[in-house]
Amino acid sequence: MTMIQGQTPRRSRRGEFWRRTWAMLVKEFIQLRRDRVSFAMIIMIPLIQLLLFGYAINTNPRHLPTAILLQESSDLGRSILRALENTRYFKVTHVLHDEAEFDRLLASGTVLFAIEIPANFERDVRRGDRPAILIASDATDPVAAGSAIAALSGVLQTALRHDHGVPEPASAPFEFRSHARYNPAAETSLNIVPGLVGTILTMTMLIFTALSVTREIERGTMESLLSMPIRPVEVMLGKIIPYIIVGFVQAALILGIGILLFGVPLLGSLLLLAMLSTLFITANLAIGYTFSTLAQNQLQAMQMSLMFFLPNILLSGFMFPFAGMPVWAQWIGEALPLTHYLRIVRGIMLKGASFENLYYDTAALTGLMLLAMAVAVTRFRRTLD
Amino acid sequence: MTPTPDGALAPAPDIAIDVRGLSKSFGNRKVVRDLSMQVRRGTIYGFLGPNGSGKTTTIRMLTGLLTPDEGEGTCLGYNILTQADEIKRHVGYMTQRFSLYQDLSVRENLEFVARLYGIARPVAAAGAMVERLGLNGREEQLAGELSGGWKQRLALGACTLPSPQLLLLDEPTAGVDPKARREFWNEIHALAAQGLTVLVSTHYMDEAERCHEIAYIAYGVLLARGTVPEVIAAAHLITYTVSAPSATLTRLGDELADRPGVDMVAPFGSSLHVSGRDEAALEAAIGPYRERADLTWTRSEATLEDVFIDLMSRARDNFQ
Repeated sequence: MTMIQGQTPRRSRRGEFWRRTWAMLVKEFIQLRRDRVSFAMIIMIPLIQLLLFGYAINTNPRHLPTAILLQESSDLGRSILRALENTRYFKVTHVLHDEAEFDRLLASGTVLFAIEIPANFERDVRRGDRPAILIASDATDPVAAGSAIAALSGVLQTALRHDHGVPEPASAPFEFRSHARYNPAAETSLNIVPGLVGTILTMTMLIFTALSVTREIERGTMESLLSMPIRPVEVMLGKIIPYIIVGFVQAALILGIGILLFGVPLLGSLLLLAMLSTLFITANLAIGYTFSTLAQNQLQAMQMSLMFFLPNILLSGFMFPFAGMPVWAQWIGEALPLTHYLRIVRGIMLKGASFENLYYDTAALTGLMLLAMAVAVTRFRRTLD
Repeated sequence: MTPTPDGALAPAPDIAIDVRGLSKSFGNRKVVRDLSMQVRRGTIYGFLGPNGSGKTTTIRMLTGLLTPDEGEGTCLGYNILTQADEIKRHVGYMTQRFSLYQDLSVRENLEFVARLYGIARPVAAAGAMVERLGLNGREEQLAGELSGGWKQRLALGACTLPSPQLLLLDEPTAGVDPKARREFWNEIHALAAQGLTVLVSTHYMDEAERCHEIAYIAYGVLLARGTVPEVIAAAHLITYTVSAPSATLTRLGDELADRPGVDMVAPFGSSLHVSGRDEAALEAAIGPYRERADLTWTRSEATLEDVFIDLMSRARDNFQ
C-alpha cells in the first residue's frame, strides 16, 4: 500500500491507543454476551454462594449432637441435662444405657459429646461430696467443641439453683470432668492436615476431568472420536482411570508430609485409608467428568468446577464445624463427597476408626460416585446434533 | 463380515450407500432437503457443491454423527437410523478439519486408532501404515506440527487403518498443494481398485473429473448426478466463448448478462463463457455482438463449472 501525500494527519498516540483498546473491549463484551451460560454464572455464582454461605456458616456452633449415659435416673441429673440444653450448645440426640455404645458413637462421629451421669449422683450431691460428671468430647475439630466446653462453667453455677435440699456451698455442688478425646492438646494441625488431603484432592481431581470432554470438542477431535466405534462408558473410564493413579500419588504425598512434618498420627489401618481414598478420588473424577459432559466449553467447565468447589470448602466441615450449620446446610453438605471423606480420613487417622464405624460414609461416597457416572454416561452426546 | 439385511431397507448387495429423502435442519435453517442418493460399491463418488451447501451435513448423517429429521436409508446395508455402531465399525470418515490428536505423535495417533478398533498387533499395524504413507522418519513428530499435506495423508491413513469398506472423505484436499493433491488422488484410486467405495466431497472441478460418478448439491438440494458427461449433457446448456480486448471485457460481460436469453456469463482469462438454456433465445441475444470486429465468437462445449454455476443460480431462484 502506498501512502497518499498530505493524507496522513498526525493522530495523537493516545487517541490510537484508546481506539484500539475500545475495539478490543467491544469485541470482548460481544463474546461475553454470546456465552449465555457464562453470563448467567456471573450473576449466579456470587448470589448463590453469598446467600448459601452467609446463612450456613457459623463459627460458634450450637445444638451439637450429644449422647447421654444415665447410670441413675434422678431429678438432679435431669436438671443438669436441662441446664446443658439451655446453653443451646448441646442437643441430646441419644440416651444410652451401656458404655460400649458411648465410645462407638464418638468414634463414628455421630455425636460430638458424650455425657455420663454416674450412679449415686443425687446422693453424693446432697451429701456435699461434689461428684463428677464425665463429658467426653470429640476434639478432632477443636473449634466445634471449644465454645461448648467453655459454657460448662455457667452450668456448674446455676444448674441446681432451684433444686431443694442441695446445700448452698461456697463452691459448686458437683464438677464436670472434661475429657477431650483424640486431640487432647487441641492442635489445629491435627484437624486441618487430614482435611487438606481431601480439599486438595477435590480441587485437583475436578480440574483434571472437568476439561477432558470440552477439550476434545474445542480441539475438534470429538468428531473423529465419535465416528469411531467407542461407547460413552468406555470414553469415561478411559479418561478417569489414569487420574486415579495420579490422585493416589498425590494423596500419598500429602499424607506422608502430614505424618512426617506435622506429626499427624495414623491410628487406624493404612490399607483402609488407601482404599477409601481411592473411592473418594474416583468420585471426584466422576463429578468433574460429569461437568465436562454438561459444559459447552472449557470456560463453563471451569466455572462449574469452582461453583462446586466452594461449598466443598465451606459446607463440608473442613473450615467450619459441620454440626454448627443449620439442618438444610447439613443436607447440602451430605451431598458433597468431601464431607464424607473428612469423616473417613479424620476417623481413621485421629480416632483409629475401623470400617464398621465408616459404613455410612463409604456408602454415601459410592452412591455419589455412581450417580455422577450415570449422569455423565447418559448426558454424553453421541452425535453432533 | 456380511451385512445383516434390515427388512424393507435391504439394498442390492452391490450398493454401498442407499438413502432416500434425507432432511436436516439446524434451528429454522434447512440445511439438507429431501436428498436421495445411491452409490455403487467400488466406485469413487464425487460429492460436489459450494461451501455451505450441505455436503458435510449429509456425510455426517451417513456416519450416524447427525440424526436426520426425515428420511431413511442404509450405509453398507446397515440402517443409518438404528445401526450407527455397525456403520462406525466399517466406515472410515475423514473430517474436513484435522481431527486427530495434535499433541500425539504420528505413531501414537495411528496406534490409538488401531487399538480402538481392536486390530491385532496394533503397534505393527501402525508401523505398516507409517511405511505405506511414506511417513518414515516422521513417526515421532507431533501430528500438530506436520504440514497440511502430511496431516492430510496421516488422516487418510488413520481412517483406512481399520480396513473399512467405505471411505467418507470431507473436502480432503482443501488447502493442499497440487503435487500432494495428485498423490492423494492416486492413493484414492489405488484404494478403489482394491474394492473400497469412496465418497469424496470437494469443490474443485478438476477433482470431479477424477471421480467415476458425481452428485452436485447446492442449498441442500441434490441438483444433478451421474457421470461427468451425463451431468453436462443433462444440463442442455448452449455455450459460446467470446474473446475480447481485455479493456472491454468487463463491460461486455455486464451487457451480455443483462440480455434476455443469456443465463450465465463467466470470465475465463481473456475470454467469456456465455451460456443459455434456450438456443434460439441465446442466438438472438448475442446476434448484435457477433457483428463486432473486435470480438471472436466460437461455439464451445459447456464445462462442468458452467453447468454447476448455472444449476446453482437456478437453485437459488427456487430455494432462496
